[in-house]
Amino acid sequence: MPLSLNLKRLEAESIGIIREVAAEFRNPVMLYSIGKDSGVMLHLAMKAFYPSKPPFPLLHVDTGWKFGDMIRHRDQIVSRYGLKLLVHTNAEGVARGINPIASGSQLHTQVMKTEALKQALDKWDFDAAFGGARRDEEKSRAKERVFSFRSAGHVWDPRNQRPELWQLFNTRISKGETIRVFPLSNWTELDIWQYTRAEDIPVVPLYFAAPRPVVKRDGVLIMRDDDRMPLLPGEVEDTLTVRFRSLGCYPLSAAIESTAATLDDIIEEMIASRTSERSGRLIDNDEAASMEKKKREGYF
Amino acid sequence: MANAPLTATSASDASPLRFLTCGSVDDGKSTLIGRLLYDSKLIMEDQLVALQRDSRKHGTTGDDMDLALLVDGLEAEREQGITIDVAYRFFATPRRSFIVADTPGHEQYTRNMATGASNSDAAVILIDARKGVLTQTRRHSYICSLLGIRHVIVAVNKIDLVDFSGERFHHIVGDYLGFAQALGFTSIATIPVSARFGDNVTQKSGHMCWYDGPTLLEHLESLDVEQGLDDKAFRFPVQWVNRPNLDFRGFSGTLVSGTVKPGDRVVVAASGKESTIARIVTADGDLPEARAGDAVTLTFADEIDVARGDVIAHADSRPDVVDQFAAHVLWMAEDEMLPGRSYLMRIGTKYVPARITSLKHKVDINSLDHIAAKTLGLNEIGLCNLSASAPVAFDPYSDNRATGAFILVDRFTNATAGAGMITFGLRRATNIHRQSVLVDKASRLRMHGHRPAILWFTGLSGSGKSTIASIVERELHARGAHTYMLDGDNVRHGLNRDLGFTDADRVENIRRVGEVAKLFVDAGLVVLCSFISPFRAERQMVRELVDAEEFVEIFVDTPLQECMRRDPKGLYARAKEGKIKNFTGIDSPYEVPENAEIIVDTGQGNAETAAQRIIEALAERHIVA
Repeated sequence: MPLSLNLKRLEAESIGIIREVAAEFRNPVMLYSIGKDSGVMLHLAMKAFYPSKPPFPLLHVDTGWKFGDMIRHRDQIVSRYGLKLLVHTNAEGVARGINPIASGSQLHTQVMKTEALKQALDKWDFDAAFGGARRDEEKSRAKERVFSFRSAGHVWDPRNQRPELWQLFNTRISKGETIRVFPLSNWTELDIWQYTRAEDIPVVPLYFAAPRPVVKRDGVLIMRDDDRMPLLPGEVEDTLTVRFRSLGCYPLSAAIESTAATLDDIIEEMIASRTSERSGRLIDNDEAASMEKKKREGYF
Repeated sequence: MANAPLTATSASDASPLRFLTCGSVDDGKSTLIGRLLYDSKLIMEDQLVALQRDSRKHGTTGDDMDLALLVDGLEAEREQGITIDVAYRFFATPRRSFIVADTPGHEQYTRNMATGASNSDAAVILIDARKGVLTQTRRHSYICSLLGIRHVIVAVNKIDLVDFSGERFHHIVGDYLGFAQALGFTSIATIPVSARFGDNVTQKSGHMCWYDGPTLLEHLESLDVEQGLDDKAFRFPVQWVNRPNLDFRGFSGTLVSGTVKPGDRVVVAASGKESTIARIVTADGDLPEARAGDAVTLTFADEIDVARGDVIAHADSRPDVVDQFAAHVLWMAEDEMLPGRSYLMRIGTKYVPARITSLKHKVDINSLDHIAAKTLGLNEIGLCNLSASAPVAFDPYSDNRATGAFILVDRFTNATAGAGMITFGLRRATNIHRQSVLVDKASRLRMHGHRPAILWFTGLSGSGKSTIASIVERELHARGAHTYMLDGDNVRHGLNRDLGFTDADRVENIRRVGEVAKLFVDAGLVVLCSFISPFRAERQMVRELVDAEEFVEIFVDTPLQECMRRDPKGLYARAKEGKIKNFTGIDSPYEVPENAEIIVDTGQGNAETAAQRIIEALAERHIVA
């Protein structure tokens, strides 16, 4: 399917950003979180350097609580594209027994995602890291730069961001400082799905509706992806036809009831939808302004 | 109302539109953006429930929904002080996708507005119908014009509060056009709106039979902003050399203007090397033609030298290549801009050291008057002359935003300190070629029998720089070297007698000394320079004036306490009494060298032994025999 002019412009802009990082940084890495945005970002990276391969590895920060389907999809994609994948898990967090069910979403995210990411960036000495975040996702993201500076220790200071004019990105950093780069900054959720359809990009099957085992907890539907999630008193497991708009750790990602089983269905459903995408991400609702707080601490 | 509902689709094949909104909250900017988001169905149910609740509680619109709360509510950060930033908002209609750069309008946020404007194709300038054209309207229009926005939509808002008066509207429009004509916009649309009630925002108003133009949204949907970009000269800044194997050598980048086809004769702008386009490679197959905005990889028929930072152009339509030019500079850093200081200039995909050689005038962004000034502070705009350390390819910003814009990066903090728009080149590269020389540096070197160099002594006042430098000169002279000493005394009384001790003057002082020392090096001398030179940036600037092996930085490392104890000229005592301002070490900083070639620890031995160690170090560098 030919790209609309809008998608063509977005694609070219993102490719320009991705190339810029490869040209200016010593040791970049692309965060790969397996979701739809990561899928588009990786596809763009493959296009950006053709006929070369992307000159950087992928990094997956594995909390140990991703859906089984996600890990299978990750491994398929990596072998299909022939890229190098680095996987990092916070071993200290595992040893402390941190998990999303007993520890709560906040502590789990802090230790197994934010801390783990910082560990991985330090371990391999990366000076630039791509993330698939979009400005339309969340209010504190709306002000994020495309090239977002982090001082030593991965600290983000939203009050002291570099002005970003034209496409003249300031790529200069000193030793110990890093840059987070967001090539999808100007994409919307709908753009992502329309591009995924037009370019035939593979996505995790969990985005499509299917009968799945779920329980209703705190007013949302949680899928029991494996037997590590016990039922609480009074809870019953149901099989409902559901899908996910956004994927994270399975006990923290709410499903929606839906019959959208194809990309066409998803796009149609989304145009009709009147709730925001991240409303199913339980970590966002923990406290007021929680995303900005997490981002300052180093979350993507 | 007969309007079809808007949706969040972006199915159309119109180019996306990026526009800026200018105006303050009082003008109804938040209400207008809220209205556009609301009518295009981008307000989600959860947000709508909150809005209805908040409107009753905090709203200023009675029982109606207060759409401003929607935008302001998204900006809960307002109190925290980061609304000084640019927020990007997204919406779409069946005809077009939009990205709105929402920036605050106050004067102290000029850099934020400029940031938003730099990537926008159009600007919506709000005017309160009750107040008419204000100083801020002029300021916003000037910044839009300076940043190259060609399409302006003047939304005369709150028209309901002047009884939908056509007379009032036409009066304001007349005022606006009166001064905006000088700003060179391609199109100026004027639309009477009521953001609160939705008149002429997305739906035609039933209250203004005297207005038969489009609604704001209709106008934004149909505005043609890409027109002409393909017709401009072909420019391709090389981003990345694509070399997967020995058989393929391509150059990846984005066409910022024009079109290109295989077979076209092209040139590398800076070197003048020519070749022919062989292929236009993309992951979706080779293209028969690439257009402005396309990200592609070009291959050439010949093996010519091309690197990141080069600009590829058609051989018969080349950009200017110069190392000196005039530009409007918007200052964005807390530290003031200092003429003479070296910054890193990023233009296209190239970084090159550059200095602002002179500030011709500052612009009062409210009155547009030109004001004489020596420096630029945060959010100030001035017309400057710049000098780059190597020729760069550019087009005037008014011809091409992508090849006429640059940023200035502070070389020590890496902060983005300034943004510039080139107006014209000061000398053509073709004229740069110096008078051809019959006697050159190499022939002088043979005559002198030793290599030339700058010995740069830096350190606090009273550290012993001049004493040591004098002994070094005596020793060099005894060994038959041709020397000359530059210090504060023989420079401040003549060449630099117009300079004081402010930061800006200190920078200029060192710049002139550096240039003189460079000429002496060219003449074959060993030049001893003894200057406090407290800033790393200026020492680096002098270092870059000559070849790497010709600059020797000698840090005379005497602790401040010891210098104050010696106080040979009684200066520290006077500075402490407040009788001398900006005295290094007292109320002006000294930045310790990070990579001096020689460090003299004056705690170890006297000036004679220090000088002896310097001579030995110079012998190791083959500067003296």
